[in-house]
Amino acid sequence: MLAKKVGSTALQAQGDARGATHGHAHSHAPGEACGAACGHDHGPRVPTPVDRAALVSARGLVLSRGGRTILDHVDIDLPQGEIVTLIGPNGAGKTTLVRALLGLERPDAGEIVRRGDLVIGYAPQRFDVDAALPMTVERFLRLGLAGNRAAVAEALAEVGASRVIDSQLVAISGGELQRVVLARALLRRPNLLVLDEPVRGVDYAGEAELYTLIGKLRSARGFGVLLVSHDLHVVMAASDRVVCLNRHVCCSGVPTTVAQHPEYTRLFGADAARAFAVYEHHHDHRHDLAGAPLPDEKGKG
Amino acid sequence: MLEPFLLRALAAALALAIVAAPLGALVVWQRMAYFGETMAQASLLGVALSFAIGQSLTLSVLAVAIVAALVILLLSEQRLLPLDSILGLLHHGSLAAGVIATAALAGPSVDLLGYLFGDIFAVTDADLAWIYGGGALVLGVLWLVWQPLLRLAVHRELAIAEGVPGRAVKGVFMLMLATTIAIAIKILGALLVIAFLIVPAAAARPFARTPERMVLLSAAISVVGVLIGLEVSARSDAPGGPAIVLVLAVMALTSLSLAAARRSG
Repeated sequence: MLAKKVGSTALQAQGDARGATHGHAHSHAPGEACGAACGHDHGPRVPTPVDRAALVSARGLVLSRGGRTILDHVDIDLPQGEIVTLIGPNGAGKTTLVRALLGLERPDAGEIVRRGDLVIGYAPQRFDVDAALPMTVERFLRLGLAGNRAAVAEALAEVGASRVIDSQLVAISGGELQRVVLARALLRRPNLLVLDEPVRGVDYAGEAELYTLIGKLRSARGFGVLLVSHDLHVVMAASDRVVCLNRHVCCSGVPTTVAQHPEYTRLFGADAARAFAVYEHHHDHRHDLAGAPLPDEKGKG
Repeated sequence: MLEPFLLRALAAALALAIVAAPLGALVVWQRMAYFGETMAQASLLGVALSFAIGQSLTLSVLAVAIVAALVILLLSEQRLLPLDSILGLLHHGSLAAGVIATAALAGPSVDLLGYLFGDIFAVTDADLAWIYGGGALVLGVLWLVWQPLLRLAVHRELAIAEGVPGRAVKGVFMLMLATTIAIAIKILGALLVIAFLIVPAAAARPFARTPERMVLLSAAISVVGVLIGLEVSARSDAPGGPAIVLVLAVMALTSLSLAAARRSG
């Protein structure tokens, strides 16, 4: 498989040296608080090599701007066919990490390897259209893409925005614009879909619907998905893997593991953790008041 | 039959009207009007440079316009002041420097007004060659990079994430802007060049539903503005460049007023 390496060899060498000598992901002494929410010791860092089968694989990403560390030795893999969700509080560096993975931001150190056949469909967090530029939805969805009007109509139907095909981009609502941007991402026939807070400006029902749609499309087309959200349980339930970010990766894994991780509770509060646990277990069993599992009663009533 | 000087003026202004249309639309879409203005006014230093080194005016202005663009880009990297303040500083500063340097290097007899507002009736055959050669180059290059330029104008980061080489395309665009300023400065002057780009685009916007329609409409508006402006100038002895820009401005104000009335009514 072809793999394109991004970032200079010098950066990579620097990253390797750091991994070998420190053996710890943080630049502070163990036990000392490294951030508002993360005052713990992650233990010795075992450097793992990049995953060349993944669509995008990053190791040891460090990025600071204006003297502030935004990303602190972040490792992440985006495998084909998996929905990876990035969660974390505001200012945790979620969008910065996405921008670095997309090549919009240059990390100070670390290594990003993109698979040679990578095609990205991207839906950015903010999509402000300048009114000075006249542009219909159809034209926007054909700009730099091969599809005809029928393909555009099909993509719009898929995201439930068929009626705006002839509207001007500036004239449609925020929720419609988000769907149109998602339609563009899908029209690129991506093998990686990157969605940065795709439910901003969408109501709660629309939100659940959107995640269901993304899950369905993933199953049908087999692309990988990187989702960014600070919304919790709905997202967690729709993900294959959750990465909890607070400048560094606090914890990651399948949703259930992450939800039980003490760092998750620390970052999002006990309520969030419980809310998720209830959601996750809802379908197979319930608990009695003392917490002992009860047999599932669904279908009996 | 038209006088030869009038014919040359017409040939120059009509060619610039066509070249300015796509460039002007792109300047407006990317909110670069003030950026272009600063580049154009800094290019007065190019006039001084051509006197100093005895080289072609067009090439000297081109070189200075490119340097001005690079300086603006460099200074916009600092995050303390917004870009419009930086541009305000640079455009007044370079205008002052340009006026002083041109007067000092070219002597007291220099026609400073001619460089500030252009002298459309003094167009020579050599100027026409520069305008048609340079203009064809600008149109050809814009044709080649039109799609990526549009994608960057719609959403810069989306375009780059999708693989558009943002810096390279933007660099080509700035080079074309500098070229247009260089071939137009003798005709329209450092102060009016950018008006010739953005005013027709502004007039066209309310009546356009697609980017290409806006460009075509803006070219048509420019041509009409040139014809009326030169006619007015020939009859009234008003200077040619300002007459054209004034006619275009009246057309743009009418068009935008209609759009405003349509919205509120």
